[in-house]
Amino acid sequence: MIAVDKENFEAEVLQAEGLVFVDFWSPKCEPCMALLPEVEAFAEKNAGRAKFCKLDAAANKRLSIAQKVMGLPAFVFYKNGEKVFTFDKESIDMPAVQAKLDELA
Amino acid sequence: MADIYDLLVVGGGPGGLAAGIYGSRSRLKTAVIEKARPGGQAATTEELANYPGFFDGSTGPGLMEKFRAHAEFFGTEILRGNIVEMDLSGAVKKLVAKDGTEYLAHAVVLAPGAEPRSLNIPGERRLRGKGVSYCATCDADFFEDLDVVVVGNGDAAIEEAEYLTKFAENVTIIVIHEEGVLDCNKASAERAFKNPKLHFVWNSVLEEIVGDELVELVRVRNIRTNEITELETNGVFFFVGTVPRTDFLKGHVALNEQGYIITNEMMETDVPGVYAVGDARVKYLRQVVTAAADGAVAAVAAEKYLAEMEAFREQVLEADKPVLLLFWAPQVEESISAIGALEAAVADNENVQIAKMDTYRNRKIAGRYQVKACPTLLLFRNGEEVGRLEGVFTTEQVSELLK
Repeated sequence: MIAVDKENFEAEVLQAEGLVFVDFWSPKCEPCMALLPEVEAFAEKNAGRAKFCKLDAAANKRLSIAQKVMGLPAFVFYKNGEKVFTFDKESIDMPAVQAKLDELA
Repeated sequence: MADIYDLLVVGGGPGGLAAGIYGSRSRLKTAVIEKARPGGQAATTEELANYPGFFDGSTGPGLMEKFRAHAEFFGTEILRGNIVEMDLSGAVKKLVAKDGTEYLAHAVVLAPGAEPRSLNIPGERRLRGKGVSYCATCDADFFEDLDVVVVGNGDAAIEEAEYLTKFAENVTIIVIHEEGVLDCNKASAERAFKNPKLHFVWNSVLEEIVGDELVELVRVRNIRTNEITELETNGVFFFVGTVPRTDFLKGHVALNEQGYIITNEMMETDVPGVYAVGDARVKYLRQVVTAAADGAVAAVAAEKYLAEMEAFREQVLEADKPVLLLFWAPQVEESISAIGALEAAVADNENVQIAKMDTYRNRKIAGRYQVKACPTLLLFRNGEEVGRLEGVFTTEQVSELLK
């Protein structure tokens, strides 16, 4: 997964063509840390079908807030730079995330 | 076939991990199945003030990491899985995870815990993750130099509000009670009143959360005057109690009307060999220390249950000869003399075996066979009861029973 931050978010996500998945996480967020192995497995399994990124939201607060993410964990799909779908803490469920990727890819 | 665990714990919060510690330390093959990371709600609670012995600088995640390491040190396996289906009725319990993995165990400890209650007020669901939060440690960072509202006034609410003041500029607590009255402990209340970043709105409830893409303001209603005031804010944190995570247990163990698991003092549910601990069970005080205590009790009770079942299986159910099983007790005089009568009756009979069980130490089995008198003698053939003598008996009666 590509680590994105305020320096490269524009280029890697907003200017990117095609589908981009961004995992908004932070090291202090226990549920995020719990999900990390599953997210990495998900990215590996679907390599090539989308660009997989992760963003430390605590270290990039303004960027996260600008992306309308103020709760962790959050998974956001972007297509051609446009936000197309958000999973929040309550809705994150890996089979559902996979289904969404299959639908968007 | 999958390995059969002696003790399988569902849930890795403090109750489940304590059960793991006690279980594995008594050499039971023990595993804790956790769907996320071990630690439960305590792992998302930064401020942890009253777990005995941990008061200076301890945090919820820190203490839970110690619990996990302690359980693993004694041999508890920590497994990743989300249990969704189960069959608890037999002697071997089966648990099935969402991904289809099956786990088998002779005894099960249910430690599913609880999750934050939502009030379902307008805007709450829609703005989740967009300013509405139930986890201060997860989301506090976003609110650096911003304003937040906290709903609730119990221990969790006041302590988490205090934590939020390290990040947010202003933390406003909406309290349903009259001025000066908080449900939390006195020490936390006193500290909160002295914190210049904490503000209180008394006699009030949250009516609505407003915002387009992120939380912008809340409407607060004064319950005395019904007057509604608008308060601009960037976030709303809810700490209004919890609900047990027991939906997946419906129909498997007895729950009360609110969904909490009903247990006795030994943490036994209504299903033999199945125990419940922690916040998900009916209890007076839901704290890390009481969850851990529950875990210890359940593991020890499960260990006794397993020993009882194993002895019974080996000596009675799987015996290759007929078995005369005597329920006796050292404190009941007649039952001691019954041993003599029994031994005399089978002295020259190599075709029958004798087994003895202390009625009061083996209540499960005594209960299963409805043993009411002491002594009681049961005759088993091929694992089935085929006859019994209740109360004091003679050598002749035993000989008669064997015919």
